[in-house]
Amino acid sequence: MSPNVLALLPEIILTITGVLVMVAEPVLPAGQSRKPLGVLAILGTLAAGFASWYQLGFGTIHAYFNTIQVDSFSVFFHLLIAAIVLVTLLSSLDYFEGHASHAGEYFALTLFGATGMMLMTCSVELLMVFVGLEISSISTYILAGFRKGQASATESSIKYFLLGSFATAFFLYGIALAFGSTGSTRIDVISQNLASTATPTLALLSLALIIIGIGFKVSAAPFHVWTPDVYQGAPAPVVGLMSTAPKAAAFAVLLRILFSGFPSYEPRWASLIWIIAALSMTVGNLGALLQRDVKRMLAYSSIAHAGYLLVAYTAFPADGIASACFYTAAYAAMNVGAFTVITQIGGYRENVRTIEDYSGLALKRPVLAAVLGFFLLSLIGIPFTGGFFGKFYVFSAALHAGHVWLAVIGLLNSGIACFYYLRLLASLYSRRPAIEDNLFDGITVTLPAALALTITAAATLLLGIAPNQVLSLAQRSAAATAPGSANSTTNASR
Amino acid sequence: MAMHNYPYIWNYLPLVLQILVALGLACGMVGASFFIGKHKNSRTKAGAYECGMDPVGDARGRFSVRFYMVAMLFILFDVEAVFMLPWAVIFRRLPQITGSKMFGFYEMLVYLGFVAVGLFYVWKKGILDWSAEKGDL
Repeated sequence: MSPNVLALLPEIILTITGVLVMVAEPVLPAGQSRKPLGVLAILGTLAAGFASWYQLGFGTIHAYFNTIQVDSFSVFFHLLIAAIVLVTLLSSLDYFEGHASHAGEYFALTLFGATGMMLMTCSVELLMVFVGLEISSISTYILAGFRKGQASATESSIKYFLLGSFATAFFLYGIALAFGSTGSTRIDVISQNLASTATPTLALLSLALIIIGIGFKVSAAPFHVWTPDVYQGAPAPVVGLMSTAPKAAAFAVLLRILFSGFPSYEPRWASLIWIIAALSMTVGNLGALLQRDVKRMLAYSSIAHAGYLLVAYTAFPADGIASACFYTAAYAAMNVGAFTVITQIGGYRENVRTIEDYSGLALKRPVLAAVLGFFLLSLIGIPFTGGFFGKFYVFSAALHAGHVWLAVIGLLNSGIACFYYLRLLASLYSRRPAIEDNLFDGITVTLPAALALTITAAATLLLGIAPNQVLSLAQRSAAATAPGSANSTTNASR
Repeated sequence: MAMHNYPYIWNYLPLVLQILVALGLACGMVGASFFIGKHKNSRTKAGAYECGMDPVGDARGRFSVRFYMVAMLFILFDVEAVFMLPWAVIFRRLPQITGSKMFGFYEMLVYLGFVAVGLFYVWKKGILDWSAEKGDL
């Protein structure tokens, strides 16, 4: 197999499956169920995951004129994205049944989005990163508005599109200035030329613009305003996907750019990241306190979690990458899990919205309530859950790097966060005021959805009990991205 | 080309000439039609040109989504042609650049294949079918 094909094997598999699903959609008769297309999409995602795993045996692969670099770092994020997409597809296999005529496009767009996210994590050239970012973003803009005919869904999609495009423009301008200052868009060449550049201010400006663009995509604090509205209107399974997978990809890109591209500017960007992290944690948690809508609350919670994750970035160079990778995985497991439960409870109409609506769930559906409760505990960071070890590694990395105050702010925020997660948890286990209310009667947890819940719950539990497996993978991927790491393996460009 | 025997700014001379020619052509054509042509102004003729639509009216007026569909399709296939042009210009040098005899050719085939799949999808979705009464495209 040529190195070019090998390097992009997961992306190629996802693209071909996505195209097949897309073409099959208009060919199938109008009234027919689109579930077979969903199954095809699931098989494609599985194949892409295995392809990423297969790549791990080849060491570092350089391809497409050194714009693509497949290493254990990219494989880690490929596997994570494949797992998130798999769970999302499983949980939404029955979501559109009998409601929308566009389910085929839903599956296709999910696969295309995953292609873009994967491409982002294995690109080491900024324009290629940009292409991946666009593929992923445009797919998620459309997915956000998939409950056609609902005003909130259209609002969500339009807001996401306008603000997302605006953010992408920042990122692109950053790339242009980086090229202007260092003469290259390849991350490794940028890092080499940075020492001898005649325009260090321009390089710093480009870095700031790139951080703004990525900060938007991961909904970090000064750039977070779109998040609650978009998450509230988008379909619940899509929110589960777009609050984790594109963010994981964007965090991976930021790791590559900061740690491999601009390591010599560390003192400057570290203070910037410090401020963004502290602000994200505080704004996210304080905002979540005020929310009554569960999806809005989880949107603010995801802003706070972006803040926790950015704390890891200040731990340069050693512990930061591994703890950030681990946190991304732990956050993905628990957040996708929580949104899978919300998908099952609300259904396509999403008529269970506020915290009060969830009251009494434990009496009617004890298992669903218990699983949601478990994810909430993990989001708080209770021991024996993935969230605990995620926070533990991130804050200990920050402490090792000497950022005591940031760790203190983070721990205080974790305390605040307890309040709103526990409020929802208490609501689940409280008695419903109106006895004859039949809000939960329509809930049917299908087999694929049950499988999705099992996978996410097991992953969250496993990351909380035996984190070593994932942590060692995260450390291997950290070794591939750390500044000055020698890439001496197969260098077969083209 | 001899260099540095005239001020740097003279490099912009072709640009200035281009602007002058463009200005002259535009002014000449408009002016010539003003002086030579006949003037029969009607209400419609003097109105603003808005691609065949009534320029004055309710801003919230509705018109078919197909306008946007066709506009998007035009952009897509327009961009496709734009991609092919630079490829065609350096086609003979591609084996030397890529280091493989057919790589550049196959890449374009893959690209055209995707565009063809897109066209097939659009066709099957009925977006090219203007006559059909379809409420939900």
